[in-house]
Amino acid sequence: MTQDDLTIADPKMKAEGVDVFYGDKQAIKDVSIDVGTDLVTAFIGPSGCGKSTFLRSLNRMNDTVASARVTGRITLDGEDIYAPSMDVVQLRARVGMVFQKPNPFPKSIYDNVAYGPRIHGLAAAKADLDSIVERALVRAGLWDEVKDRLGESGTALSGGQQQRLCIARAIAVDPEVILMDEPCSALDPIATAKIEELIHELRGKYAIVIVTHNMQQAARVSQRTAFFHLGTLVEYGKTTDIFTNPKQDRTKDYITGRYG
Amino acid sequence: MTFNAAALLLLILGLALIGWLAGRARSAMLAGRAGRKLHSRPQYHGWYVALWLFAPAAIFLAVWTSASPALITNQVLTTPAAESLPAFGFERGAILSDARSVAQGQQAAVRLPAAAPLVKPYAEATAHYAWIGIAAMLALALAGGAYAFTRIRPEFRARTRVERIVMLLLLLASLVAILTTFGIVLSLLFESLRFFSLVPVSELLFGTYWNPQSGAPVADTFGGIPLFWGTVLIGAIIAMLVAIPIGMMSAVYLTQYAAPRVRRWVKPCLEILAGVPTVVYGYFAALTVAPALRNFAVMLGVPNASTESALAAGIVMGVMIIPFVSSMADDSINAVPQAMRDGSLALGATPNETIRQVLIPAALPGVMGGILLAVSRAIGETMIVVMAAGLSANLTANPFASVTTVTAQIVKLLTGDQEFDSAKTLAAFALGLVLFLVTLLLNIVALRIVKKYREAYE
Repeated sequence: MTQDDLTIADPKMKAEGVDVFYGDKQAIKDVSIDVGTDLVTAFIGPSGCGKSTFLRSLNRMNDTVASARVTGRITLDGEDIYAPSMDVVQLRARVGMVFQKPNPFPKSIYDNVAYGPRIHGLAAAKADLDSIVERALVRAGLWDEVKDRLGESGTALSGGQQQRLCIARAIAVDPEVILMDEPCSALDPIATAKIEELIHELRGKYAIVIVTHNMQQAARVSQRTAFFHLGTLVEYGKTTDIFTNPKQDRTKDYITGRYG
Repeated sequence: MTFNAAALLLLILGLALIGWLAGRARSAMLAGRAGRKLHSRPQYHGWYVALWLFAPAAIFLAVWTSASPALITNQVLTTPAAESLPAFGFERGAILSDARSVAQGQQAAVRLPAAAPLVKPYAEATAHYAWIGIAAMLALALAGGAYAFTRIRPEFRARTRVERIVMLLLLLASLVAILTTFGIVLSLLFESLRFFSLVPVSELLFGTYWNPQSGAPVADTFGGIPLFWGTVLIGAIIAMLVAIPIGMMSAVYLTQYAAPRVRRWVKPCLEILAGVPTVVYGYFAALTVAPALRNFAVMLGVPNASTESALAAGIVMGVMIIPFVSSMADDSINAVPQAMRDGSLALGATPNETIRQVLIPAALPGVMGGILLAVSRAIGETMIVVMAAGLSANLTANPFASVTTVTAQIVKLLTGDQEFDSAKTLAAFALGLVLFLVTLLLNIVALRIVKKYREAYE
């Protein structure tokens, strides 16, 4: 695999020789990848290929699984995120995450977005918190729909709105990277289109990594695409190259729908 | 000749065994002779005969055992010897029962002279009805057995019939518990109505002075408020102040922090605590906790500190309820989806913040349901309060003072020699009814909350 034409001068996150084990089972084998600051990076591949596992190792969400073990080196701005000196709470504030199924807390819309800023003490006064919440909801494209009912429960929103609320919640703590784990797989096409539009707008402000099953989606939203298969990174390159001119046969077979 | 139900039951069981063997043998024989396969295996034919032999006779036996004493007494009353009996009342009953005991061999000689002439009629009547009963029972058993026996054919579907009868038996078994509950409620209701014909409902529910006396009801001595307050103070306030925080914290530890190995040990231990008989908690409260609390109260200079205190009973009851609250909270916290936890952790919340701000609020409806169930258990709990809370009906907020509860008073009203028609005794049933209705209401509300909450996360 060559990376000559896509070298990222100052990668936001860098993984080198990463292996992830669940107990004795190896889920990820020797993956090295750079995540660019102003880019959307898509992870594609068939089910069970390890793309979500790898994504979750980027903000140490695998720590919550007792049997999971990560080796190799992952850095954020050059800092090893698995080093003992790294505070996982700080890491997750800098590397936010949006999950496959919308998971708003059973609280009001306002409290959902204010949750992160509150626990991290980002707002000194109520007015600050109000403006953080408003800004996050505006950026997530949800403000106009909910501005008159911020006190209502977040779980009462539609699926697509819930997912945008979860994105607003992640944005509210002002992260540097946003990881999205198949954020549209539980949504209908219209809600999906809105999320994709949102990803376009967020690009440049945050480094975004998105796992998706949907190859058209990867082609639409990303600039870099990584193809995973059986726990290995098969090919990584510019999205246009991966979809029009894949170098590996396995990538080509997957793209053309031979398997997956 | 007397009618010995146990011996007769053994007799028809013996007959049923013979019927089983005969039915099985006959079905096999018929199949062999006809040269065709049986629809049901031979033992089903056996069971069919045995059930037909046993069930009608056993039902008759049960009915006859309860009906025959009245028939016997009726016959005795038609004899000339019965004409000298007093018309009604206690004495008449005593004479009859004395005569019956002698006639049926339960005692050697009459205690009341008036009973002597009745012994012979009683003996005759007893023998008469015993013969009738035995003859009828045997006739039923043989008729049932013969009917079933003659129906045996190779193609006869004995299996489906036996299975239907077994299902009927299972249905009867499940009805027993329901009908018993129904009967208990009815008896509570009727006795309570008798009480409320002597004492107005409003007095029991709103009166503040409780001092029931035997004999004719004295106005304003049946005020239930001190008992209700004592019940609430011990069961719903003090016990819950102990059980809710400790139960919740143990549930949080067990679900969120404990290693699987620790959980494997601690959880069963908590459940064992739930199985300790309440009388054991009762003497722990009375002998250990209450005196210690009294000494503590005296040291603090609290007036009216007694060795029987609301606090002692409440604390021990709270300890008793801990496993209950903890296991309900454990279930509710586990039912909160992992996605909720992940969502919070991914925002950089610590596990502690996640528990306090996301898991517990999300689990709260379920926990509330558990707490209501725990309260309903606590206010129905009897042994601890009888032993440790005392029996004096004080309307006080001082937890070191002795108070009493509804259950403790029911025990006090019904123990010892009591007439069952005085307002004092009947008050126990009225209190029982109030307790029953309150716990029923709490249980219904709690189960609804728990159910609604479970649906929300599916």
